Amino acid sequence: MERLTGLEITTRILQQFTPVWIGLAVILLLSVLLRKRLGLYGRLFSSPIGVAGLILVLFWVLTAIFADMIVTADHLSQVSGMKNKLPGWPVRGAEGEFYLLGGDNLARDVFSRMVMGSRVVLAIAPAATLFAFMVGITLGLPAGFYGGRLDTGLSFLANLVLAFPVILLFFLLVTPEIRATGVPLVLSGVLFLFPIIFFLLLFTSRFRERPGLLAVLVLATLILGGWAYSGLAFNADPLNVFYMDPNLLNIFVSVVFVNSPTVFRIVRGLTIDIKTRDYVAAAQTRGERPWYVMLWEVLPNARGPLIVDFCLRIGYTTILLGTLGFFGLGVTPESPDWGLTINEGRKLLQVYPHPALPPTFALMSLVLGLNLLADGLREESLKD
Amino acid sequence: MITFLIRRSGVMLLTAFCLTFIVFFLTNLEPNLEKLTKSEGNMRMTDTEVQSWLENNGYRQPLIKRYGEWLGIAPGWTRTHPETGKATGRCVKAGTAIADAPRFCGLLQGEWGKSLVFKADISGIVAEKLGHTGKLMLAVMLVMVPAALIIGVIAGMREGTKTDRSLSAFSILTTSTPEYVTGVIFIVIFSSKLVGLRWFKGTATTAMENATFENFTLPVVTLALYGVGYIARMTRASMAEVMTEQYIRTARLKGMSFGGVVVKHALRNALIAPFTVIILQIPWLLTGVVIVETLFNYKGFGWTLVQAVGNNDIELLLAVSVVAVFVVLVTQLISDIGYMFLNPRIRVN
Repeated sequence: MERLTGLEITTRILQQFTPVWIGLAVILLLSVLLRKRLGLYGRLFSSPIGVAGLILVLFWVLTAIFADMIVTADHLSQVSGMKNKLPGWPVRGAEGEFYLLGGDNLARDVFSRMVMGSRVVLAIAPAATLFAFMVGITLGLPAGFYGGRLDTGLSFLANLVLAFPVILLFFLLVTPEIRATGVPLVLSGVLFLFPIIFFLLLFTSRFRERPGLLAVLVLATLILGGWAYSGLAFNADPLNVFYMDPNLLNIFVSVVFVNSPTVFRIVRGLTIDIKTRDYVAAAQTRGERPWYVMLWEVLPNARGPLIVDFCLRIGYTTILLGTLGFFGLGVTPESPDWGLTINEGRKLLQVYPHPALPPTFALMSLVLGLNLLADGLREESLKD
Repeated sequence: MITFLIRRSGVMLLTAFCLTFIVFFLTNLEPNLEKLTKSEGNMRMTDTEVQSWLENNGYRQPLIKRYGEWLGIAPGWTRTHPETGKATGRCVKAGTAIADAPRFCGLLQGEWGKSLVFKADISGIVAEKLGHTGKLMLAVMLVMVPAALIIGVIAGMREGTKTDRSLSAFSILTTSTPEYVTGVIFIVIFSSKLVGLRWFKGTATTAMENATFENFTLPVVTLALYGVGYIARMTRASMAEVMTEQYIRTARLKGMSFGGVVVKHALRNALIAPFTVIILQIPWLLTGVVIVETLFNYKGFGWTLVQAVGNNDIELLLAVSVVAVFVVLVTQLISDIGYMFLNPRIRVN
């Protein structure tokens, strides 16, 4: 069989992404039609930068979702004779099958590994960022609102973590040895409590006057949260729905730990600014409790900068995860993680650059998309 | 002012204590100590042998005590071997009597210990590697800061124009490409056989002794590029804000040329905010330094960190961490003080 030409490779790759194109078209069409009713998200469509970012991000999200349909080969299996083969090389012994972007040093399909790698990144980065936000918000609101000793203490702790060089923290925290000592377990035990605390505070501060509804909400939070908590933090979920690989947990906790102090500082700064506004004074005059004011008056009014930072932070987390993979920290050696693939590919970069390049462009385009999206959102939210 | 400095330095010292203690704790975890024992002794040691080795070498004291010894504020341990009756101690060097040994020997006394990987005194290694990294950082700063400031000022000067849009897009692009992506792409384009340009070298090992344009360009540009976008965006935002101020309009209405206004009135005020960002970039660059030095095989500080972690060289890792933490804290202090001097609106009581 002949090797595919550049044009054939391109058309075949575009073809493989068919589910993504369809998904993109449907989402964009619906969003444009309904944009008047979609608030900030709808207004994003008047900013070309924002739309470009959104398309890039959606592309990778949809790729992660449909990864099973997109891949042309199993991302782990090694086919003999395909080692370091150039893009478009026909698979030996299989009629009509090609390694679209070539084979890597272990004779695996580069294209399929890149596609599957999007799952690794998109499973961790947004979730870790969300957890970091829960921690940052739950601690930052009272620190900014009350000030005083609480603020001094929490700010000192946050600055302590921020003064730690990120790379050093990763080298110390994401090691196989540390799992034996239980440090990640303690960290996850503490950090994973914050979402539960956040939701409990959210409901109790709002529905104090409606005990029936409050009881239902609190009970639901405790059961669902406790269930997920036991599974994720201690791997003790009785039904085995929530489970996290110890390696993954280690990475996840470290990333949350690194990100939350920055979120804390942002939330604290915003709170100090917003608490002087008239509507906060009005709520206090009405006799609302502090946590109601914080969570239902201050927080909604801080949402603009927080949403922007959320997008930026997912991008930053993606870069961090890539860095971890690049140093081989915490990921299994076979994982299709982009950072790890780049690191493996760089060893033969001068001779065979093709295994390293697809993950670099994938990582770059995802982060670029997130940064553009954040830029578009910032522009639109400033127009208020 | 003086009280502010004293308080700031006090907080800094406290932070340094906490951070070094955390590093000490994390590097002296039980599994690491066992690995250390086996590499010092032999790989087939039994568990009891490991325990007794740790006991005999002072690793079984309370963590706080050992931290104090390592720092040099607690007297070093001494111990008489139960079987041979030989007296040893932390501060006792081979061939000297226990009575002659100093009481304290830690970081503060300049006793940084010996590295297992490099088989040499750590203080010498750290100084040498810091020199290499300092050279790299200096080159990076010389490229990064002027480039970022020029891009930011030109983009922020006339907000919303095509120049602004394209420069901002460039800034976003560079902040989206971490060093391990840029580095790989650069190596492929400029030094691989495939593209065939081969303008620069893909490794910077020779640049440690003799940095030339050929072997130093790629690491410097790779490292600088990631920071350029961030500083440029800060400068642009600050410049755009200054350009809307009343005094700029007054100067323009007075009949001053646009260029004159930018240089004489806007720049000074617009560069205050980027200053802090530039100083705070130094610790931020540390991650990049580790990546770039690994990628280009430039044996500096970051490379040493990777070696120390990879080989479980606890003493070296501790020394490297202390230096890193120190650099971060000092840059934070400098950025605070500098900001205060530059910005007349901030008066710290």
